[in-house]
Amino acid sequence: MKGIVSYGSYLPFNRISRDTIFKAMGWLHQATYMKGEKCVANFDEDSVTMAVAAAMKCLEGYERNNVGGLYFATTTSPFKERGCADVIRTALDLTSHIKTADFSGSTSAGTSALIAALNGIDAASAESILLCVSDVRLGKPGSSQELSFSDGAASLLLGTEGVIATYEGSYSVSYDFPDHWRTENDKTDRAWEDRFGREEGYRKFIPEAMSGLLSQYNVSLQDIAKVIFPGMYPRDHAAICKRMGFDPSQVQDHLMTVMGNTGTCYPMALLVAALEDSKPGDRMIVAGFGNGSDALLFQVTDEIEKAQGQRKGTKRYLESKRELNSYEKYLAFRNLISPEGGIRAQAIPYTALSLVWRDRREILGLCGTRCKKCGTPQYPAQKVCVNPECGAIDEMEPYRFSDRKGTIFSFTGDLLAFTPQPPGIYAVVDFDGGGRFWFDVTDCDVESMEIGMHVEMSFRRRYVDERGGIVGYFWKAVPVR
Amino acid sequence: MAEGIKDKVAIIGMGCTKFGEHWDKGSEDLIVEAFTEAIEDVGIEKKDIQAGWYGSCYDELNVGKSALPLSRTLKLPFIPVTRVENLCASGSEALRGAVYGVASGAYDIALALGAEKLKDTGYGGLSEVSTILGTKNRVIFPAISAPGAFAMMANRYFSKYGMSTEEGKRVLAKISVNSHKNGAKNPKAHLQRVITEEDVLNAPIIASPLGLFDCCGVSDGAAAAIVCRADMAKDFRADPVLVKALQIGISSGEELGFTKWDGTSVETTTRTAVRAYEEAGIRNPREEVSMMELHDCFSITELVTYEDLQISPRGKARNDIEDGFFALEGKIPSQPDGGLKCFGHPIGASGLRMLYEMYKQLQGKAGERQIQDPRIGLTHNLGGFPQMNVVSTVIVGS
Repeated sequence: MKGIVSYGSYLPFNRISRDTIFKAMGWLHQATYMKGEKCVANFDEDSVTMAVAAAMKCLEGYERNNVGGLYFATTTSPFKERGCADVIRTALDLTSHIKTADFSGSTSAGTSALIAALNGIDAASAESILLCVSDVRLGKPGSSQELSFSDGAASLLLGTEGVIATYEGSYSVSYDFPDHWRTENDKTDRAWEDRFGREEGYRKFIPEAMSGLLSQYNVSLQDIAKVIFPGMYPRDHAAICKRMGFDPSQVQDHLMTVMGNTGTCYPMALLVAALEDSKPGDRMIVAGFGNGSDALLFQVTDEIEKAQGQRKGTKRYLESKRELNSYEKYLAFRNLISPEGGIRAQAIPYTALSLVWRDRREILGLCGTRCKKCGTPQYPAQKVCVNPECGAIDEMEPYRFSDRKGTIFSFTGDLLAFTPQPPGIYAVVDFDGGGRFWFDVTDCDVESMEIGMHVEMSFRRRYVDERGGIVGYFWKAVPVR
Repeated sequence: MAEGIKDKVAIIGMGCTKFGEHWDKGSEDLIVEAFTEAIEDVGIEKKDIQAGWYGSCYDELNVGKSALPLSRTLKLPFIPVTRVENLCASGSEALRGAVYGVASGAYDIALALGAEKLKDTGYGGLSEVSTILGTKNRVIFPAISAPGAFAMMANRYFSKYGMSTEEGKRVLAKISVNSHKNGAKNPKAHLQRVITEEDVLNAPIIASPLGLFDCCGVSDGAAAAIVCRADMAKDFRADPVLVKALQIGISSGEELGFTKWDGTSVETTTRTAVRAYEEAGIRNPREEVSMMELHDCFSITELVTYEDLQISPRGKARNDIEDGFFALEGKIPSQPDGGLKCFGHPIGASGLRMLYEMYKQLQGKAGERQIQDPRIGLTHNLGGFPQMNVVSTVIVGS
């Protein structure tokens, strides 16, 4: 028996009301109006950082050394060439001796990676594979995509032990469908007529995959507790369900109004939301959309109840949010405008990549050391124990801080140092269990901060060196969401 | 027990430029100006100087690495010259080199000169601080600035002693008002304007809770000292100033790496002060120190330093500030020249600029700012952050 062992979601803290976008750009194409809000990755987030965030939630309580593979899917990789799965693996402090792969190309990449992971697991082994799907979907200003596209990530741990939803099979249809595309140099999607995408693609491929799945595995509509698929065209979503004969009670809310089209992540974020509400025995179909459709069949097990009590999923992140309230800020975060940062912003020192490699576990993995003599955790990694009563030399063992919470020892909101979102907040953090260091604080307003406040660690783009094309990934503190 | 430096070395000549935004002057101009004043003050010639120490911090700004900028600028005749860099203590570190060189007997007369040209960065404040601590910290440090690091101490201090932000800021405001009152009387200061508490409180925030007037200026400047063996000093002048103590202390890293430090004091200043007082033979600093030039990079730094130097009891500096204890006419005048607050902080020069004021005060040449009958002067530099730093404490007397 193999299937889903654990789940996690991540939606960025920032939301932008579609009214805010429409007020700024709606004059161009009035028919694009869409209600609700969408998730907006902060200036220091990208597909990789959000994937790490979702995976952190997914892995809570699991021994990371047991993870035997990591698949990452996105259509918005921060790099044309650099293995994002390897960045994520290092950030999660998983062992190097596992298989990793990046899936990309279409918004079906998430379901493709899911099928590949599930098919790749030997049912007789104890192996598990971590799947991360993440997207920062970017629509051109004034386009309907700009209103619809959203940012988010989800993560599933797939394996054979403690399965919460068994995998029963999948069915795929594949088409070179020209509803939208990006060339090598495009920053935002190009699209053919919206109507074409809906009528000729969305309304056809998803039913085709789902019907194929039902007939291949001999499952009737009535046996399905939840049917889960993206709702980028809400009216067509309802029409598909009706035409296929699903009762509305069988249909997972598409969350288009409150979350938006998170691309690769979309079906996975919905699957997590469905798992959060599911009961043992529920059978579920999850389908994606993008150059065809993949449909997968799962059945929820008794183990689900444990997970529901512990895990942070889509529902939690939908509740935890802050209104961005500024279209211009949104454009600046996504580099669609480049505001003047001042000369200070240009004074970026070089990054020694050989150092980043050498100290990758420390930098990307936030692993410090713990003194074997006195037990003091310390960051960054030390050779000589920082405890003045101890001072032992070379008695250290690795110690991971990324999954530990901490409290704010002191903080400030800085308007001098350059940051894309002033004030730059940073703080000295005392970790639960010992250890102290200072970190940028993000997803937070300085007015809401106080000494003693609880924080957790979040993997972020600490800085970007445009000249060198270098993204300086590191960890920041965030209020516990 | 080592016997220390007390009374072994005398300061016989000093020079200090006007500090400010010298758009029309480079490091060479400033170095020559400070040096010329110093040798004229003592009445010697360049050839009498046997060794030099040069303090500068940001070598990438205008000055350059090594001791060549000093030697080439002054055309020092192939004598030993060493560049020292220890963050904001660089000027005091240059003095330490010269003083120890003379005390060892290796030289009779030595020069200490500090200079910094900060206003070629193109922006306010010091340049990117993470770079000065190495390539790794550049990657893992937050986007920190000096005011922000000290602002964290202010928040911590207010919280520990139960002050609201408004209350705390009002206490800090009095510190800046005092410095400006003195700086207004100093033609060499960068900022020579009297300010009010309201000016301080209404100023824009730089790093919460610190506002613009809680922060020292940023400027260009140079200062120089010529030292000789104490037994030779009277050959040069009737009023030499004697070095009583010269202490440097550096963080072990435990403030930011271990969870014991409480963030409302500077451990390095605290420990360095103990050693300095012992070296100078001072038992009760509150009674024996006549005047101080403290490293008031930020108002909170000056407040905490009062306590770290054992002038005010822990948590009680507020009372002394409110009582006018540190005013020019108070018990221990602090920042009689206007401090970093009014001079700005061309890093390599600051320590020697502070010493320049103590020197002139002890000689009775401080003009309008003259303190009555001072005996012991103390200078203090704090480089880095409250969380990891370099501290110098110099005590001089007549």
